[in-house]
Amino acid sequence: MRDEPDTSAIAIRQVSKVFGTGEDRVTALAEVEIDIRANEFFTLLGPSGCGKTTLLRLIAGFDYPTTGEIRLYGEDIARLPPYKRPINTVFQNYALFPHMTVGQNIGFGLEMLGRPKAETAARVDTMLKLVRMEELKNRKTSQISGGQQQRVALARALAPQPKVLLLDEPLSALDYKLRKEMQLELKRLQHETGITFIFVTHDQEEALTMSDRIAVMSKGHVLQIGSAHEIYDKPSERFVANFIGETNFLEGEVLAVDGASASVRLGAGATVSAGVPDGFAPKGRATVVIRPEHAEVVAPSGAEAFAGTVSNVVYFGTDTHYYVTLDGGEEFMVRRQNSRGAQVFDTGARVGVRVDDGAARVLRD
Amino acid sequence: MTNIPAPPDFEAEAHQTAARKNRLLASPAVLIVALFGIVPLLIVLVYSFLAPAPYGGVLWKFSTDAYLNFLFQRDIFSDALEFSPAFLLIYFRSFVFAVVTTVVCLGLGFPTAYFMATRPPAQRNWWVLLITIPFWSNLLVRTLAIMFIIRDEGLINITLMSLHIIDKPITLLYTNFAIVLGLLYSFLPFMVLPLYASLEKLDFRLVEAAYDLYATRRQVLWRIIIPMSMPGIVAGSLLVFIPTLGAYVTPLILGGGTHLMIGDLIAQQFGSGRNWPLGSSQALILMAAVLVALFFYVRATTRGTKNG
Repeated sequence: MRDEPDTSAIAIRQVSKVFGTGEDRVTALAEVEIDIRANEFFTLLGPSGCGKTTLLRLIAGFDYPTTGEIRLYGEDIARLPPYKRPINTVFQNYALFPHMTVGQNIGFGLEMLGRPKAETAARVDTMLKLVRMEELKNRKTSQISGGQQQRVALARALAPQPKVLLLDEPLSALDYKLRKEMQLELKRLQHETGITFIFVTHDQEEALTMSDRIAVMSKGHVLQIGSAHEIYDKPSERFVANFIGETNFLEGEVLAVDGASASVRLGAGATVSAGVPDGFAPKGRATVVIRPEHAEVVAPSGAEAFAGTVSNVVYFGTDTHYYVTLDGGEEFMVRRQNSRGAQVFDTGARVGVRVDDGAARVLRD
Repeated sequence: MTNIPAPPDFEAEAHQTAARKNRLLASPAVLIVALFGIVPLLIVLVYSFLAPAPYGGVLWKFSTDAYLNFLFQRDIFSDALEFSPAFLLIYFRSFVFAVVTTVVCLGLGFPTAYFMATRPPAQRNWWVLLITIPFWSNLLVRTLAIMFIIRDEGLINITLMSLHIIDKPITLLYTNFAIVLGLLYSFLPFMVLPLYASLEKLDFRLVEAAYDLYATRRQVLWRIIIPMSMPGIVAGSLLVFIPTLGAYVTPLILGGGTHLMIGDLIAQQFGSGRNWPLGSSQALILMAAVLVALFFYVRATTRGTKNG
């Protein structure tokens, strides 16, 4: 579904980016189409080289698209230099100016905009308070820790009150605990400032926990856009299902499609009812995905979707992973929470695998 | 609270040993500087307080005449001291030439160095090599070559005349212009190389960050690139200014001896002037002037980077 252009904070329209010429031609982005809503925490998720950073650089203005439009509230900004866009960036390495103090860094944008000194000073203090760094105003940026630099970079980018804030893997340089802390901090800042955040990451967990909506990218294409729930529970492409979380892939044959669901006969024997992605055209063979936590290992009764033999059991404390070799020969993984009274199966046991209603999804490919 | 003895600081100890070893490494250079730098300087200092011998050399007799002669001249008949600005003018001219040369070198060198630093890494070393090509031949030869280009029957005048842009040669040789041109040519690489070293290390992501924060190209240059390449600007300026101030060959050849600079003046005292004490005092006054100038220059240029 495409939003009306004027309601989108950022509308990416048919944007392609090609680097190099002749034999060295590399297509970094191929006809990308994204609508990012106002006040949204939007994440571009994908492995390195998928084009997410290139797209961010096009929105910031450090590079221009080969073709296509980038609209900011309806106005095409694709050809404007970065200093003419009301968009600011938090860089991966922070890129703080080492010859300026924390306060001077935060005030730089407003100073360049020619705002009165008093207004800039007041705004710098507000920003310092927002990121809880008041006491470090006159420090050099080399005299503060990585997490503090991160906050200064955020404050510096937020100080000019941009319409959109871009964040280029800003948490990747931080250690695990600090990263968790900053994830919450970012959510809080986004909520308090009401600014549209576009966040780039290769970390699927980070994307799931922070984002209102996620665009999953691979090799210059946007594969799926949706909320964390939609992306996780209803992946439409093999890449999306594979990249985010763990999942079981089962080959099968589409028997019939009825609206949003299809009945698929799996190689493993059973026929399941599986949800289908938008615009799915039945074409015989298809792949069905089932998340490991949406299935259950039970004592075989013949009523379950699959029957098989437990090939491996891995204990993880909070949960246990059962690897079951289905009678059709396929491997199936089930994740089960370790609650008291749950029946335990050993390697080699004959088991049935029950699948939750609505858990199976047909992939588009 | 129990008193736990502090563990021995092995790291600091290792550091001290390393520092001792490093001092040993530096000692040959220190020895050379002491022997051939400080000792001659002391000799010059002693000579400057002696009287000149009639045919060069010194008479071992204490005298401050060499310093008095810098500003005053003794009347031949009355023996009274009269103010004479001749030497002062030469010093002043040398300072002006050195400042002009340094400023123009900086103006020409900065864009050059910036261009080099922004080439792909593989190309950069070739540009550095090109900049050092002039060093492959002798300074004297290169200065004479300039002479052949700018003299009345030289390349420039002949070309302009054959194109009928001018009908009689423009006098370029033996002018202030010729001297500055020669100095500029000789010392430009000394400006470009430290600037390049500084700019090459510049993190261009900072430039992007500044653009992102609404800085225009001009503001990025003045607020980010120039402050961050200050070490290169200071080093390059010193490497051009100091040798230019004492330049000897270039002003002698291209100035034709008519536009004396400090270097020529001092050389004259030890040669045809046969006044070693005067030459010594002039050399020391030059050194003192350079030190004072350096003090103010370094203070002015580092204030911006140290205290923001």
